[in-house]
Amino acid sequence: MVRTRFLLSAAFAVMIAGSQAFAAQSEPQVLGGTPEQAEPAAMEKEAAPAESAAAEIPHEAAAPAAAAEHGAEAGGAASHSGGHSVIAEQSWSFDGIFGTYDRAALQRGFQVYKEVCSACHSMSRLAYRNLADLGYTEAEIKAIAADVSITDGPNDEGEMFDRPGRPSDHFRAPYVNIQAAKYANNGAFPPDLSLIAKARHGGADYIYAILTGYEEPPANRELLPGQYWNKAMNGNVLAMPAPLNAGQVAYGDGTDQSVDQYARDVAQFLTWAAEPHMEVRKRTGVKVFLFLLVFTGVLYAAKRKVWSKVH
Amino acid sequence: MGSGHRATFKNPVVNWIDERLPIFTLMQKEYGTFPTPKNFNYFWSFGGIAMTMLILMIVTGIFLAMHYTPHASMAFGSVEHIMRDVNWGWMLRYLHMNGASFFFIAVYIHIFRGMYYGSYKKPRELLWILGVIIFLLMMATAFMGYTLPWSQMGGWAATVITNLFSAIPVVGDSIVALLWGGFSVDNPTLNRFFALHYLMPFVIFAVVFIHVWALHISGSNNPLGIDVKGPQDTLPFNPYYTIKDTFGLAVFMLAYVAVTFFFPNMLSHPDHYVQYDPMVTPAHIVPEWYFLPFYAILRAITFDIGIPFTDIVFIPAKLGGVIAMFGSIALLLVLPWLDTHPVRSARFRPLYRQFLLLLVASVVVLGYVGAQLPEGIWVILGQVCTAYYFGFFLIILPILSRKEVAKPLPHSINEAVLKEQSLKAEASV
Ligand code: HEC
Ligand code: HEM
Repeated sequence: MVRTRFLLSAAFAVMIAGSQAFAAQSEPQVLGGTPEQAEPAAMEKEAAPAESAAAEIPHEAAAPAAAAEHGAEAGGAASHSGGHSVIAEQSWSFDGIFGTYDRAALQRGFQVYKEVCSACHSMSRLAYRNLADLGYTEAEIKAIAADVSITDGPNDEGEMFDRPGRPSDHFRAPYVNIQAAKYANNGAFPPDLSLIAKARHGGADYIYAILTGYEEPPANRELLPGQYWNKAMNGNVLAMPAPLNAGQVAYGDGTDQSVDQYARDVAQFLTWAAEPHMEVRKRTGVKVFLFLLVFTGVLYAAKRKVWSKVH
Repeated sequence: MGSGHRATFKNPVVNWIDERLPIFTLMQKEYGTFPTPKNFNYFWSFGGIAMTMLILMIVTGIFLAMHYTPHASMAFGSVEHIMRDVNWGWMLRYLHMNGASFFFIAVYIHIFRGMYYGSYKKPRELLWILGVIIFLLMMATAFMGYTLPWSQMGGWAATVITNLFSAIPVVGDSIVALLWGGFSVDNPTLNRFFALHYLMPFVIFAVVFIHVWALHISGSNNPLGIDVKGPQDTLPFNPYYTIKDTFGLAVFMLAYVAVTFFFPNMLSHPDHYVQYDPMVTPAHIVPEWYFLPFYAILRAITFDIGIPFTDIVFIPAKLGGVIAMFGSIALLLVLPWLDTHPVRSARFRPLYRQFLLLLVASVVVLGYVGAQLPEGIWVILGQVCTAYYFGFFLIILPILSRKEVAKPLPHSINEAVLKEQSLKAEASV
């Protein structure tokens, strides 16, 4: 009986110690509270107005004649049925339960997004302040934001006005609305990229495969203007022109300036954008799991002890 | 409850309260000294595990609701706000999202336990029926919860499932309009689903209370399926089962934590991360994994039912599918009267055991079929397994009830336990 009591109190001790270790590692935050910087108003901006284009249901790009009409709507995860898509598994620093993002790759990936993809794709769920996660300093973030001109207002006179961006602003979208985006892209809508890594099977592997998957179409397939052949795309026809060319983005850290490298970097950046808390999540998971494992072991011993009288 | 025998407690404060409101007496009677069969295996831990998951869902859900916005144009954004900006919001959401899956895992195992050991038989029929009601309420709750992020998959699953009700003759369309709050899945739908999703877990909680109350009237079944004959067959619930169940719970939690923190989207679908767009139908609409077997039964009925070789149709395919799907669950309600064999545990019913395991296999296959496009081999496989599902309940069980010869039962739980122990002791010498 004494041993049993001891084991049960040991179980409790482990539990309390565990909960304190857990509390100590977390910053002084309240469960479910909101940090000062988050602006609730900004999150609602994500524009995906219901488009009344009946032609878009469903989105079958297999028939070349129809494809140009069918932009990927508001990220519609698509249903390009038909051809075969080839997505090879890559190895990433963030793989596995101990995996982390590579800060240098994230910064390069952001640079690729900023200089190339942001011409067509918005990332409205991110604010410039979030770039602190990539290792940028406050001054650098202020400078990045200030480079962008944001329409704000109305002011006291009721007028909208332009001002330099601030860290709390969300990434500025390239087009004012979906219509403008489609008009500029042959009728196809370049989806918002904030969540794209989670909105496609394969995630980073998929993005990398798309960006490096452009090929000449087979001889028997003729493409319409505004259509491109991509072996990673479901249906093989995509309305996005190959966005990357070797040497197009000047890396400051001497990294290889190849299409392959750009694609890897931007794929990692987009993975971070879709799951910015992945590292804390895994770290917390390891702690919770190990604590629970020890706790389970103690419980097992206690259970054996209690039941020894019966068996 | 009220007036019966009261325990005395050493602690004067406890005693003072207990004299006025005997909750301590009640707890001691129902969870302290409560006589429990001494031969439970770990299948008996899953009721408590399901209870823990229910509480966990309620707690995480309330915190999520503090930051969630039930509006068609803001819901998706507010979930992303929880994931990105709310402190530990990603953890709350992933716990809740995967918690639903693990709740269903626990309850499916719990139901299987009941079927394998005949826990639905006399005198536990009402207890079983209350369980099936809990299961139905859980399905409704989970279905409505899945639409709340207002994602492509959630929104379209809601469209497909609510549309099923339109198959009901005469009142079907009115029911659908009532579910939608209009003429399509839109903001009013989201609002009522949120209100109900918040309410239902508390209804479940109340039914669980009655379920456990009924359990404490009949007492627990056990792996031998024979009645408790006296004190030598039982052990007090505490400490024996408090410790055993807590250990079982901890092992279950290890799996839950691993999935939640390391593979949080393993059971989800990429289209769940795309905002709902009523103008864009996803290529392939699939419900959450725990609904897939029932979804496959729904789609297995691809033919109208009527008089052959004429145009007379009594039940169009769509209605047939809906009837089959709801019927497959309704059969569980009447299970105690379909299987009237006097022996409870499958241990002593080799035929029942084999047919039951085949049922489990066919439900697993149905789950797989439910995730495929309804073409070719999948349709046939789905139909075969559906036929077996109904055949098991409506043909095999009634026949086995009359014909199956059971193996001899042990005289008492205690005797069987002692025999097993001496066998083990011999083996280890
Ligand atoms: C010239 C404009 C333009 C640029 C620059 C551009 N894209 Fe696109 N992108 C598009 C359009 C248009 C689509 C929609 C294609 C479709 O639906 O067929 C698209 C689609 C995509 C998709 C989704 C494919 C799918 O599965 O539906 C991804 C991922 C993507 N782009 C990534 C990128 C990345 C990363 C960059 C920067 C390296 C980039 N894009 C640069 C126009 C562009
Ligand atoms: C929210 C879901 C549920 C909770 C929280 C719950 C809770 C419990 C608890 C705590 C027990 C006692 C422990 C045990 O024997 O495992 C129990 C017993 C039981 N439950 Fe449930 N239950 C749930 C759902 C169900 C369902 C869906 C069914 C059947 C369809 C069911 C059928 C039974 C039966 C038959 C017993 C008596 C078991 C026996 O003694 O053999 N329960 N339940």
